[in-house]
Amino acid sequence: MDNLSLFVIVLLAGITLVTVGITAARLLSPKSINFQKGEPYECGLPTHGTSWMQFRVGYYLYAILFLMFDVETIFLFPWSTVVRDIGMAGLVNILIFVVILGLGLAYAWKKGVLKWT
Amino acid sequence: MNYKQPLELNGLLLQLDLFLRGNLPPFWASLIEGLLILIAVLAAYAVIALILIYAERKVTAFFQARLGPNRVGKYGFIQSIADMIKILIKEIIHINRVDRFLFYAAPFFVICASVMAFGAIPFGQGLQAVDFNIGIVYVLAVSSLGIIGVLLAGWSSNNKYSMIGAMRSGAQFISYELSAAFALMTIVVMTGTMQLSEIVENQRYAWNIFNGHIPAIVAFVIYLISGHAETNRAPFDLPEAEGELTAGYHTEYSGMQFGFYYLAEYLNMFIIAAIATTVFLGGWMPIQIKGMDAFNQIMWYIPSYVWFIGKTAVLVFISLWVRWSFPRLRIDLLLNLEWKYLLPINLVNILIMVLIVLAGWTLTDLFPILFGN
Repeated sequence: MDNLSLFVIVLLAGITLVTVGITAARLLSPKSINFQKGEPYECGLPTHGTSWMQFRVGYYLYAILFLMFDVETIFLFPWSTVVRDIGMAGLVNILIFVVILGLGLAYAWKKGVLKWT
Repeated sequence: MNYKQPLELNGLLLQLDLFLRGNLPPFWASLIEGLLILIAVLAAYAVIALILIYAERKVTAFFQARLGPNRVGKYGFIQSIADMIKILIKEIIHINRVDRFLFYAAPFFVICASVMAFGAIPFGQGLQAVDFNIGIVYVLAVSSLGIIGVLLAGWSSNNKYSMIGAMRSGAQFISYELSAAFALMTIVVMTGTMQLSEIVENQRYAWNIFNGHIPAIVAFVIYLISGHAETNRAPFDLPEAEGELTAGYHTEYSGMQFGFYYLAEYLNMFIIAAIATTVFLGGWMPIQIKGMDAFNQIMWYIPSYVWFIGKTAVLVFISLWVRWSFPRLRIDLLLNLEWKYLLPINLVNILIMVLIVLAGWTLTDLFPILFGN
């Protein structure tokens, strides 16, 4: 079988596992509806407000940095498979690319993005 | 050259394939094979999870000088089966103010991501469900889908602990994902292929970790650290730090839904160890010495899946050892470790590896008589 159908089979395996597991649990488990039981598990007092709020910006900056380097990863993987064949030219080209990205990281570092205040 | 292997499964699988194709129309044969693969993957997934949970509890107990589970069955062998049945008949509590659709969709993401990565692991000769020629990118891509499930779980639960846990988990996962990718890339530079089966075949006489010596060892250590962080296990278990966040992103989950998070956590630990084994430690390849046919033949008598499970078990044990030896880090120290140390080291490490490959300083290039394929 070709890889794509195998991939679909493995994906279906995951979906099957969760569906079967949760269906079985629903059939086997006891049910009792109680408003108190459905309250968020926080600290015993009635919950104050919702949790769907804006969150600290630090995480957002890490996400931006991640995006930069993750795109780099996708670009570097094809290069890494052929680097044996293209030799020194490949190394020099990628060196320029990596240095530019490294400067980006250094800039973010200098600006204090990586500091947690 | 392949030696004789009495206990290998690939011959059996080939026979089964021929039998099905010979006796059935192609469509039905493919359908039955697909179904068999699905069942085999799920069975392996479940069995490995149960064994890992038992092993972890037992090993932990010995680290802490206690006995661990020893009531259900001899030495507590069937404790995890009993736990599975217990969690299956637990009530799934309906929380009042959750985002219902996302709340129930989240376990699908987490489990699908780990099953899909699990399918790409070469357990032995021919024992691999999905073998893409971009295997490493595939594994990285599907295993990072799991974080979507974690973020959805934290967001949809409408609980402050879940929210904080999910945010921490997200930041931690995406940061360490980079290191894992770069560490694997270091080896791709050397092997020149991303197909997992080919990577294993290339390591017949020299495992990648020895073949690439210094940069490969650095990459191996970085991969273990970042893999450990990706699976959210102590000392990097901030997303579910029970002292501060009760249980982090899966606080509101109960019964079998919680069970799936538990399952995925253990399987992710196994997947990290298995990928490290495949890429760095020779995968299912037995220890081979070039020119010593008698020795090689004896090594081949041990089936390939036993080699694979053995090497993986060592790495899983190291992961448990680390877990019980170090205290938990703080979130900013954790992110500093990645962005200020591991990532720059990794970038330099790749360039060193390229230099070594181009200069012909890998072991296979230096000593082709001893290690060449």
